[in-house]
Amino acid sequence: MMQTPQPPDPEALPEARATPHRRWSLQLVWLIPVVAALIGGWLAIKAVLDRGPTIQISFSTAEGLEAEKTRVKYRSVDIGRVIRIEFSEDRSRVVATVELSKQAQPFLVADTRFWVVRPRVIGTQVSGLGTLLSGAFIGMDAGTSAESRNQFVGLDVPPIVTIDLPGRHFELRAEDLGSLDVGSPIYFRRVQVGSIVAYKLDPDGRGVSLRMFVNAPYDQHVKPDTRFWQASGFDISLDASGIRLNTESVTSMLLGGIAFQTPSESAQAPPAAENTSYALYSDHGKAMRLPDTAEETYHLVFKESVRGLSVGAPVDFRGVVVGEVSAIDIDFDAAQTDVRVPVTVRLYPERIRGKAKPGTPSAAVLIDKLVARGLRAQLRNGSLLTGQLFIALDFFPEEAAATVRKRHGRVEIPTVAGSVQELQTRVMALVRKFEKLPLEGAIGDARKALQAVESTLAATEKAVVRVNRELTPQAGQALADLSRTLSGVEKTVDGVLAENGPLQRDLRQTLNELSRAAESLRNLADYLERNPGALLRGRSEASAGRGEEPAQ
Amino acid sequence: MSATPKAAPTAARLGLLVCEVCRLVSRAPSPGSDAHCPRCGAMLHARKPASLARTWAFLITAMILYVPANMLPIMDTSSLFGTQRDTIVSGVAFLWTSGSFMLAALVFFASVMVPLAKMIALTVLAASVQLRSTRHPRTRTRLYRVIELVGRWSMLDIFVVTMLVALVQVSTLATIHAGPGAAAFGAVVVLTMFAAASFDPRLIWDAQGKKP
Repeated sequence: MMQTPQPPDPEALPEARATPHRRWSLQLVWLIPVVAALIGGWLAIKAVLDRGPTIQISFSTAEGLEAEKTRVKYRSVDIGRVIRIEFSEDRSRVVATVELSKQAQPFLVADTRFWVVRPRVIGTQVSGLGTLLSGAFIGMDAGTSAESRNQFVGLDVPPIVTIDLPGRHFELRAEDLGSLDVGSPIYFRRVQVGSIVAYKLDPDGRGVSLRMFVNAPYDQHVKPDTRFWQASGFDISLDASGIRLNTESVTSMLLGGIAFQTPSESAQAPPAAENTSYALYSDHGKAMRLPDTAEETYHLVFKESVRGLSVGAPVDFRGVVVGEVSAIDIDFDAAQTDVRVPVTVRLYPERIRGKAKPGTPSAAVLIDKLVARGLRAQLRNGSLLTGQLFIALDFFPEEAAATVRKRHGRVEIPTVAGSVQELQTRVMALVRKFEKLPLEGAIGDARKALQAVESTLAATEKAVVRVNRELTPQAGQALADLSRTLSGVEKTVDGVLAENGPLQRDLRQTLNELSRAAESLRNLADYLERNPGALLRGRSEASAGRGEEPAQ
Repeated sequence: MSATPKAAPTAARLGLLVCEVCRLVSRAPSPGSDAHCPRCGAMLHARKPASLARTWAFLITAMILYVPANMLPIMDTSSLFGTQRDTIVSGVAFLWTSGSFMLAALVFFASVMVPLAKMIALTVLAASVQLRSTRHPRTRTRLYRVIELVGRWSMLDIFVVTMLVALVQVSTLATIHAGPGAAAFGAVVVLTMFAAASFDPRLIWDAQGKKP
């Protein structure tokens, strides 16, 4: 306070008005950090509390996955994200560590499935187009199991059917996959009711097992006796009513599909149980046919060529298909040094004798009896165009008696020469007959005759030449003479015919006299007409004086 | 005035108060009561009232909010390519990795360093006043001036986000939303400005006089 300059007039300054002290305003400012701390703390606690479970999903590839970026979605709701991508311990797979939100906790059960949603085309469905731009995400299908877990194996392809979709799974067994694929539609009365979910080759490689899913309201139409068939492509059939084109839909035509139907007699049956296994037939006709529960294998040995006969060719009995060719072999018979072509056929005896009527003989006995009555197998031409053969069973009572032969455990039905064979034989016989005709001699004779004709012709030619040479000049001379003679004749005739010629005069005189004679004769005729009595009495006085003597 | 005498006469030391509103100088009343300007009736203070307490309060709030401001996304970009959430640091990292080093440095400086530096500086100032430090009063005053000057520039990020939110609204194609981090960050910047404003630099010098 040493060098403090005195204010001009401190006392002259007005004194500030005094009011009681307010202390609370000081504390108010501390509310701000308290509130901020509360909000921050709450956010932090919430973040900790909201932190959901962390799970690990292994995939075969991390294509499209990105740490800190790829989301996990369930029903398009974001429920988590990939926070880390690493290799599995054996480095065969990729393990994505996923942090899920808390609400996803109940979904983490044993049968929950995860897959990467990428744009892809499955069957008729194009899915995941949005991921073209947004990048892949992990899809989830919540399971229903009670067992919880946090290690999952991701699917390589998205499941066609999610677990919560109502409906039922069924098994199909097929010989081959045809044009079917995962996602191929299933039709019932041309309504799409489901799709193929999976397929796998049987472990023994003998067929394909398909797994299909039929959606809820339609699954009750699958009965224990329902038949399934491939509705792939289209089916053109030519029958008495014309050409028929059968197809389920354009989609199935292009991509294949399966249709099913229940035979009307078992349509009232209760719905089939889940996972029932069915056979998949190749077409509607085959599917709806009576199932052949029994089949018998027979051998047929044909003496003729089996060219045109293929495995699967029908065996028919008077037009009804009762079996099919299952194998065509070639068999060397060492004992007789003979090569035979045994054809193995599968017969469905039920189609012949009906379905197990009581009192029907067993298949073996039946065939024995039928063969005794003349049943034979014959190769017939199914189509002249393609030359395809089929095997016909029919009765040939006139054939020599034969029996069913059993050798090497095979049952052989006797055969007869087929229609083609018979035709061929006849044609051959005809050809042979032609061959036997004495054509050689006939041709020799004909040649001789021709030679004679030829020599005759040569002689004639010579004669003509001689005539030409010797007669022609004389003929010219003769013609000149003839011409002269004719002119002489002409002169003579002219003389005769001249007006004043003696002949003319005499002739005229004679004619005049003849004319007069004719006139007299006419007069006489008139007279006689008028007086017919004059012939008897002679000429009257009155009329005398003229005319000649009447002809008497 | 290279060296200010330790016991220089100040208004406070003379028992005088200046009205902040009408600039009337008046004598301070007896301690224990609030003073009002005899002319315009405004509150009169020798120093900003509860300056240190307010500074601390704002500073602590800013520090608390600095955490969510950097942790939470400040921007949600929804486009056909998906939703992307960016925090300040991830934005800086993106700029840096995509080659915009200058821009990355600018954003990092304006949005991360400046608020942080401001908070540290204010803490230093408030703590030094609290502890009645007499060291480097001039340096501290200069520091205070820098803080006041530079404070508003850290709103750069908020400006960018605000503009993007307003401009990029192509409904389904692309939408940008301000994230919760933006609010926290804005609060941090505003609170540091408040803290700087409520700090009374005269307190730096008050200690000079009291500690001979």
